[in-house]
Amino acid sequence: MSNAADIKRIAVVAAGLSVPSSTRLLADMLADASVRAVEARGVEVEVQHIELRGLAHALTDNLLTGFPSPELAAAIETVHRADGVIAVTPVFSASYSGLFKTFFDVLELGVLDAKPVLAAATAGTARHSLVIDHALRPLFSYLHAIVVPTGVFAATDDFAGPGAGGGGELQKRVDRAAGELAALVAGPTGVAAPPAATRHLVEDEFEHPTSFEDLLKRASDGPPAY
Amino acid sequence: MGMQFGIFTVGDVTTDPTTGKTPTEYERIKATVAIAKKAEEIGLDVFATGEHHNPPFIASNPTATLAYIGAQTERIILSTATTLITTTDPVLIAEDYAKLQHLTDGRVDLMMGRGNTGPVYPWFGKDIRQGINLAIENYALLRQLWTETNVDWKGRFRTPLQGYTSTPRPLDGVAPFVWHGSIRSPEIAEQAAYYGDGFFHNHIFWPASHTQQMVRLYRQRWEHYGHGAPETAIVGLGGQFFMRKNSQDAINEFRPYFDNAPVYGHGPSLEDFSEATPLTVGSPQQVIERTLSFREYVGDYQRQLFLVDHAGLPLKTVLEQLDLYGEILPTLRAEFEKLRGPGVPDAPTHASLVEKAGGPTDTAIYGVGDDATGTSDRDAVLEGEL
Repeated sequence: MSNAADIKRIAVVAAGLSVPSSTRLLADMLADASVRAVEARGVEVEVQHIELRGLAHALTDNLLTGFPSPELAAAIETVHRADGVIAVTPVFSASYSGLFKTFFDVLELGVLDAKPVLAAATAGTARHSLVIDHALRPLFSYLHAIVVPTGVFAATDDFAGPGAGGGGELQKRVDRAAGELAALVAGPTGVAAPPAATRHLVEDEFEHPTSFEDLLKRASDGPPAY
Repeated sequence: MGMQFGIFTVGDVTTDPTTGKTPTEYERIKATVAIAKKAEEIGLDVFATGEHHNPPFIASNPTATLAYIGAQTERIILSTATTLITTTDPVLIAEDYAKLQHLTDGRVDLMMGRGNTGPVYPWFGKDIRQGINLAIENYALLRQLWTETNVDWKGRFRTPLQGYTSTPRPLDGVAPFVWHGSIRSPEIAEQAAYYGDGFFHNHIFWPASHTQQMVRLYRQRWEHYGHGAPETAIVGLGGQFFMRKNSQDAINEFRPYFDNAPVYGHGPSLEDFSEATPLTVGSPQQVIERTLSFREYVGDYQRQLFLVDHAGLPLKTVLEQLDLYGEILPTLRAEFEKLRGPGVPDAPTHASLVEKAGGPTDTAIYGVGDDATGTSDRDAVLEGEL
């Protein structure tokens, strides 16, 4: 028996557009493998899926109004509260899709600080495979996430070719990446004490307001070192 | 007096999307004056203008506008929404608003804001990343200039002052009441609470949850700093409505303005935005009910201002909106009064502040010869060359 606080949460953000999409297929493979890998460490885990297609209008509205709709706010909160994130995008014009990027554009800076992220992408051809390292990794580095060493790229061949299916090459990469994510989410070193400094979010300031004396001192001395 | 009702304007020059007509700056400036005079005529308590220093706004130099309106009105309080405490020299704010107090017999208060236009900062030699720090330091100086003569001051953002006296002194020795406006910066709620000043939430364009958490923090910290129980804090809210007798007429008429509005246009639908934010488009009865519901999440409050003149609405329509506002005003006043809890104070006015100070005092410095104004800079320049 464990209480709710011990249950790890993994948020799966997928930006596939068709139903079913290969992006969602890959997201499901990664989620299943991550659950197995976390549970193998004797830790309970719960997966929450965020399909960005259903939030497409809300994301555009957020860009224009500066605040999220209740559904989008709930999705952002899911990511914020997650112990780890699996982020999967289709490759559009040699990079992540605009929809995928928009979701990460509207996150308050700091939401992904020190958060383990497994980055993954799908495309029609293996010639796009560097998108993981050329597009996704820099994005998450900027957001101060901890990106697991193995990124997972899947092309049409991986789903349909000779190496497809259980035990195939794609499954091996998925399991390796999931193992790395599980080590960060639930491993003995864990992230109970975040390895990196996390930024002060607005909600933290509401929770623990900086006293006016400190604000005045900061104004005349300059901001504290971050 | 009870709760104060009024309007606030941002002074935007926007094309009317239904006619394609854009007012000239002259027309928009004169319309602002007409709107303010109408506000007094229908019985409102407050007219507040914003401050912007870039197109498409005509809202620069707010004290000229307010003084001009003050000369043509008798009773209405003239205020700002907001005064840019970040990019305006506090020495100028101290002078300008003290002068306005004298000219309008004390019908002045003002609201501090940081501004939402990034490029403005460098035009005035400032850096937007210092926005909060500027608001904190500049306001600390402004207060000192109003409450003390012979100010010695040294800070980070402006040149030091030595033995400086801001003139004219505040009317009757009492500085204008100050509100601090912020949408979601808790530091500003903290600042307002620390000084025992008012806190105003613009309460338009944003979900009510922002308003609620800012006001809650402000009230908690008001108590923390010893100003009294949370319900004695001084809270103001913005709001936005469009009214017609028949609610479907209001929706049909306002929709093109909404869909093309500068801030939220081309985004969510009018219906979604009305649900997500305090915007109310409908019948007078709907506006009354929505407005009365605001106190459910901020508590009893002192000032309600509505934005009625933006997004290209023509002057004629704005004046019709004010006529309708005037019609629901007695009901709003009566209903809020009925609901108001015990111990909730009115918003301070010049008269109440003078009374609290134990009567008027004259802090002006008279009778010393002028040793600061030279006849020419020639001698100083020559001396500098030696």
